[in-house]
Amino acid sequence: MQYSDLINKLIQKETRAAARLITLVENDINAAEQVINSIYKYTGNAYILGITGAPGTGKSTFISTLIKNFLEKGKKIGIICVDPTSPITGGALLGDRIRMKQYFSLDNVFIRSMANRGQLGGLARATEDAIKILDVYGCDLIIVETVGVGQSEVDIFKSAHTVIVLLVPGLGDAIQAIKAGIMEITDIFVINKMDLGGADKKVAEIIQMLELKMNYKYESQENSEIYAKIEQWTPEIVKVNSITGENFNILLDMINKHEKFLKNTGIISNYLKNRIKSETMQILKHKLTKKVEDLLYSNKNIENYIDKVMEKSLDPYSMANLIIEMLGIEKKRDF
Amino acid sequence: MEKKRKIKVLVCKPGLDGHDRGAKVIARALRDAGMEVIYTGLHQTPDDIVNTIIQEDPDAILLSILSGAHNALCPAIMEKLKAKKINDVLVSVGGIIPEEDKKFLKELGLDGFYGPGTELKTIVEFVKNNLKR
Ligand SMILES: Nc1nc2c(ncn2[C@@H]2O[C@H](COP(=O)(O)OP(=O)(O)O)[C@@H](O)[C@H]2O)c(=O)[nH]1
Ligand SMILES: [Mg+2]
Repeated sequence: MQYSDLINKLIQKETRAAARLITLVENDINAAEQVINSIYKYTGNAYILGITGAPGTGKSTFISTLIKNFLEKGKKIGIICVDPTSPITGGALLGDRIRMKQYFSLDNVFIRSMANRGQLGGLARATEDAIKILDVYGCDLIIVETVGVGQSEVDIFKSAHTVIVLLVPGLGDAIQAIKAGIMEITDIFVINKMDLGGADKKVAEIIQMLELKMNYKYESQENSEIYAKIEQWTPEIVKVNSITGENFNILLDMINKHEKFLKNTGIISNYLKNRIKSETMQILKHKLTKKVEDLLYSNKNIENYIDKVMEKSLDPYSMANLIIEMLGIEKKRDF
Repeated sequence: MEKKRKIKVLVCKPGLDGHDRGAKVIARALRDAGMEVIYTGLHQTPDDIVNTIIQEDPDAILLSILSGAHNALCPAIMEKLKAKKINDVLVSVGGIIPEEDKKFLKELGLDGFYGPGTELKTIVEFVKNNLKR
């Protein structure tokens, strides 16, 4: 195997190997496939915390204080911070690390910045793979900071055991969160910057929103996929100050409680199944898109079909069906 | 999208001086040139920088040093990199570096020196053309 040297070093918990493998899976999807194929059996030990919230709500600062608290418990911690790639230049400024600088020189803290490279949903394509690498690297806890653009950053729900959403007093971000479907995926609401005042008002706002949501949930039980994990969990709410660390003891208890809840109710296996399903779906989308693209640019029949659609003797749906048939034929040949 | 490999650059501000305007401007210019840029903030020790390099695995690092402490900081960083057998990262320095020091730093393996007034375009091109992997 091409990467066996790096993978062996990863299994021996070598930091550089972990870092280099993350670079690999970021840059090369074929490499990612080989790497995950070799390490998958070693994954499943880390607890994964997802942190989301609008830009400036204090996610990175909050994570920094979380690191401090978990270090005190003797944990080895991996942090993945995802930031947006500019759709125009393709470049990205990754500025989350700067808030965690007191931990740069510690052996049991590994921080990695990642650009989302245009992927929607709040994560990068490679985030899921990077989580697995850090898991094998021996992190007890992996914290993921999603892209904070305040849109539908709900993908973290598929990767994390516990999803924490940060809100701040004053902003209309609770309403935004509802619109973006964030309410449904949240396990713990954190009202950050409690020192600014208005935090209690925000807490009341969220309780109100949650009551609305509970009713909504009751009426739409058949649409239950997304609720599988939270069915019996009422989201916790806490106000904190991420700079002073005030109320983090309460927060840690909540995280603990949620972890116990997942394990004791057996919901964790439900959650793992859903995770495997959605991850496979994601991979299939990539693979099939690639297959279709290859076909569209290489098969001569396609031009004929396009002409037919132009002449209106074929419509785009029918053309799509023909292409699906062609993919089927290709598949049989492959095997 | 994934056809062209992204260049990842670390912009660091080691030492004690508190002026990071220049470092931020450079970081933005590199981003606008399509690179993924990590800015690590002020007052980084050589250990902090080397650890960040290990974890982030960048293609290049730009050290911004205005304090005149380059002759102390650069060797410290290069030695630590060497000790960790990290030899495929381009390391360059921005700041005020006297001519006579450049030779010494070059021998340490640093490359590309940007004094004040260097055009941003020059820095971007240098990074693009001198990557070691
Ligand atoms: N007053 C106050 N400011 C905070 C708190 N947490 C974070 N901040 C500030 O909020 C700003 C944005 O923080 P950052 O962590 O970068 O937010 P992110 O964009 O969500 O990652 C910074 O200036 C922080 O110092 C807090 O609890 N109280
Ligand atoms: Mg941040």
